[in-house]
Amino acid sequence: MSNETMTAGEKNKVLDIEKIRNDFPILNRLVKGHPLVYFDNAATSQKPAAVIDALVHYYTHLNANVHRGIHTLAEEATAAFEATRDAIRGFINAAYREEIIYTKGTTEGINLVAYTWGRQQLQEGDEVIISGMEHHSNIVPWQIVCEEKKARLTVIPVTDKGELDMEAFYTLLSEKTKLVAVVHVSNALGTINPVKTIIDAAHGKGALVLVDGAQSSMHLDIDVQALDCDFFALSAHKMLGPTGAGALYGKKQILEAMPVFNGGGEMIKEVTFEKTTYNELPYKFEAGTPNIADFVAFRPAIEYINELGKENIRKHEDALLSYATEKVREIEGIKIIGEAAHKASVLSFVIDGVHPQDIGILLDNKGIAVRTGHHCAEPLMNRFCIPGTIRASFAVYNTLEEVDKLAEGLKKAIKVLK
Amino acid sequence: MTNSKSIPEIEQEIVEDFSLFDSWDDKYEYIIDLGKKLPPLDDAFKKEENKVKGCQSTVWLVADYIGGKVIYKAESDAIIVKGLISMLIRVLSHHTPDEILDADMDFINKIGMTSHLAQTRSNGLRAMVKQMKHYALAFKGSKFNA
Ligand SMILES: Cc1ncc(COP(=O)(O)O)c(C=O)c1O
Repeated sequence: MSNETMTAGEKNKVLDIEKIRNDFPILNRLVKGHPLVYFDNAATSQKPAAVIDALVHYYTHLNANVHRGIHTLAEEATAAFEATRDAIRGFINAAYREEIIYTKGTTEGINLVAYTWGRQQLQEGDEVIISGMEHHSNIVPWQIVCEEKKARLTVIPVTDKGELDMEAFYTLLSEKTKLVAVVHVSNALGTINPVKTIIDAAHGKGALVLVDGAQSSMHLDIDVQALDCDFFALSAHKMLGPTGAGALYGKKQILEAMPVFNGGGEMIKEVTFEKTTYNELPYKFEAGTPNIADFVAFRPAIEYINELGKENIRKHEDALLSYATEKVREIEGIKIIGEAAHKASVLSFVIDGVHPQDIGILLDNKGIAVRTGHHCAEPLMNRFCIPGTIRASFAVYNTLEEVDKLAEGLKKAIKVLK
Repeated sequence: MTNSKSIPEIEQEIVEDFSLFDSWDDKYEYIIDLGKKLPPLDDAFKKEENKVKGCQSTVWLVADYIGGKVIYKAESDAIIVKGLISMLIRVLSHHTPDEILDADMDFINKIGMTSHLAQTRSNGLRAMVKQMKHYALAFKGSKFNA
């Protein structure tokens, strides 16, 4: 474990959840006359006051364009903007700050790799392996680039329990494999995938690995050097930060060899009509005026997580997940989708003879926010022969009492619907 | 069967029915009950071309044109949506294309449905009304069966 993670948070601290809840202003609001129970954290997390305040502070005191001016505001804005890059580097334990490319989020990070590395490296007959539990954002970019390059896209099957079929993966993996792009934690099932094993096996065949960390960043300790992944994509909004900000980690020598993504200001060194030379990492991938305020406000989110300590967060979330699993299992007619041995913070289920949407509406009527539908993972829903699930996903500010409300709400809803 | 009441009269009836409920729990129970009572649609009609786009759940909608009146039949795999459809059918079915095209369907706002349903779901409701009006418009142009 790195020094950063050792110092981050106090080990084995019992979190004061009431105190944490007070840091999230939105948790005070009522929905349909009931206190909000927010169980849609896998879609996006709520934001602590520190993040909201940072946004207001930025526009009130710092606003200027970054990397360009010599005036005080420009320098202060640049410093705040760049400080987040260091925070992200530490958060995932990347070796160099220039390995952190700012993006709009996970989706853009994956597209960046597909459109630059993918277009340059993939050739006819090459193979890209994804898994059967990918979010659409880790399917569609690969479909596009594979079609363009006449490369083959293959899919690691998912077992009945909602785990990756690793035997099948080893069969798919070959010298033809150029990239494995796989989700770290499934947003629809909660499954924690054995990415380290996948990375080692892929490297054995000379393939690179991209890890979709949209869901894992908030819940697991991330150490990209220990994992040895080649790319790692995350979204700030799923980890207490603002929307429209995210990061793509890539190994330095790979990023350096990659062609540029968007062209424009910021990403250039010199422009003449004859030839343009490009800026260095990470700026060569960051064309145009970035989403400055949201990146500035992303840092307090990371600091907030570090302060609590990932292990402590994880322990509380695990307690919520196992309590919720137990409570939901008691209800007749409910079938849990995704019963992997290792899960993080997501409980997905279906109910005999009841459409998920009806449950979603009736729970909303009690102020309980869950997600219903296919969770942007239609192939996975087809795998389980269901149109969608009801998904409750937990965060550090949720409580066991809220889980009780969910169980009560479900029982009542089922009673009126049946 | 003909409908002796005008569309605005039926809308008013529904608004009055809803005013009797104290809580959204009761309103939903009523809507769910309507959903359960909606006659099932023949499986033969459950085809791709009869699906209403823009709904999270699957909604099938078909229409007949008999004696100058449009008659709707619909079903969904979700019960609350079925209840909502049942109300739309009660309002619009058995009226002439012109009456249907003129309907403002303001009862949906008046019973608080648009503000209560999440945006995506009230989009679905709008999509259903739009599709019903589409049928009316198509029948208006045809002399068939009129
Ligand atoms: C597993 C997974 N991958 C990718 C994404 C896409 O993230 P974003 O929409 O922030 O780009 C999500 C978000 O739902 C996700 O859950």
